[in-house]
Amino acid sequence: MESSYIIETIIKIIVILTVFSALAGFTTYIERKILAFMQRRLGPMHVGPFGVLQVLADGIKLFTKEDIVPQNAVKPIFLIAPVIAASSAFIAMSAVPFFPEFTIPFTDYTVRPIVADVNVGILFVLGVMATGMYAPLLAGMASNNKWALLGAARTVIQLLSFEIISGLALIAPLMIVGSLSLIDINNYQEGYWIVVFQPVAFILYMIAGFAETNRTPFDLLEHEAEIITGFATEYSGIRWGLFAIGEYANMFTVAFVASLVFLGGFNSFFFIPGAIMIMLKVSALIFFFLWTRAAWPHVRPDQLMWLCWKVLMPLGLINILITGLVLI
Amino acid sequence: MDFTNYNNRNVSSDYKYIEIDETPILWQDRLKRVISRTLKGELFVGLWVVFREMITRGNSHTIMYPLEKLPVSPRYRALHEIKRLVESGNQACIGCGLCEKICISDCIQIDTKYGNKGRRTVRGYTINLGRCIYCGYCAEVCPELAITHGQDYENISEQRAHFTSMAELVTPMDIFKSGKQVPYPGFGALSDNADDNVKKTPLAY
Repeated sequence: MESSYIIETIIKIIVILTVFSALAGFTTYIERKILAFMQRRLGPMHVGPFGVLQVLADGIKLFTKEDIVPQNAVKPIFLIAPVIAASSAFIAMSAVPFFPEFTIPFTDYTVRPIVADVNVGILFVLGVMATGMYAPLLAGMASNNKWALLGAARTVIQLLSFEIISGLALIAPLMIVGSLSLIDINNYQEGYWIVVFQPVAFILYMIAGFAETNRTPFDLLEHEAEIITGFATEYSGIRWGLFAIGEYANMFTVAFVASLVFLGGFNSFFFIPGAIMIMLKVSALIFFFLWTRAAWPHVRPDQLMWLCWKVLMPLGLINILITGLVLI
Repeated sequence: MDFTNYNNRNVSSDYKYIEIDETPILWQDRLKRVISRTLKGELFVGLWVVFREMITRGNSHTIMYPLEKLPVSPRYRALHEIKRLVESGNQACIGCGLCEKICISDCIQIDTKYGNKGRRTVRGYTINLGRCIYCGYCAEVCPELAITHGQDYENISEQRAHFTSMAELVTPMDIFKSGKQVPYPGFGALSDNADDNVKKTPLAY
């Protein structure tokens, strides 16, 4: 293996880590602002112009808060759980191509903005994101707290069931493309976006994405009104912050995968270059994540299970069946 | 006595009652409900409502508190004020001690002595603001409208001792001289048209 390749990969990893950690923090600011405007408030206003530096203040607060480990908690597992949340979210990004290939100006060095171009990219992303489920599960079970335990139980019923939905939703477009590599899927959509052929699969994947990142209509894991903060009840300081960073990084991964698989990825659109295009799509999807949080109420766990097993799974199977019949 | 109006809780005649459908029992009816709920697009109505509020400018309800303040009702009972007499500038308090008597949280202490003309004058007057429950009895019982409740609700301190000092509650002389002492508009105060209501006392009946 060339040393230049290793250096390039390390630089890519550092860039992705820093950019997405910063983006995760900045998204919390955007979320608070958008939610505030939708609820006829102002949101953070005092730190910096229009409260932009609120993220910085929150960061200082999170880093300097006491890191409490409750009595009778299983200490090693309690300490490692948030690390799983953040690391699994970032590892999942390693197989996601963020931008089209570009050449560094004034050199002829071509950069492919993907850390590891594995030929089963989408499978890798799904698998690692599913591993992230261990974070709330272990956190909840190690916390020695009844709310955390309920949150852990909900983790299993929610994330585990919706992994099936997202898998079934992605099978149909994969059948059309015939490849698991995200770059192949992206290149397939130079003409039409896959969402034109697979609208049902797109909706199913978005619903499953909401459930897997535990965003609002399905944020049963940390449903404040019912179980305090669920699995994160006992966490404080930077360990809680790692959960938050993991959640927002997962949101970005889901948004990137949805735009790559269904919305045409980083193909250029008329005169708009591909890099701008994918940023627009991801921003729109992230905005949709925040928008629903202001508009829609939570569902109950039994409604969630009903939706998952009685509605979405049959829909996904029928979708695959019809896709198969059409392909034959 | 007729209690009909007291028991009627429907304050407005145009009350709207929400009609709630009965829960369907048959599976066909349930399926129908699921389909109607799915295709009605109620979720998108919700999305539009919040989006409309987001793009509408200037509909924020936020009050930037230290910079902006809501007006306080004239009858609001905040920090006490001790008024001065308009004619002489002396404290209006005559040292009767009624406020100390009526105070239910025992926070007023008044110390009086006989002055040079045999009038009772106030030597010391403290209100333990940490104990005060701002019930307003002292202002209500005061025969001279000397102690009243003001509008200043931002009395905060790190020291408990700061909550007993009463010297600053008396209207400062400079404010009094510039004529900015506002008479108490609450219960017991003279009405705005009090002058019109004054009649000459008849000399003979």
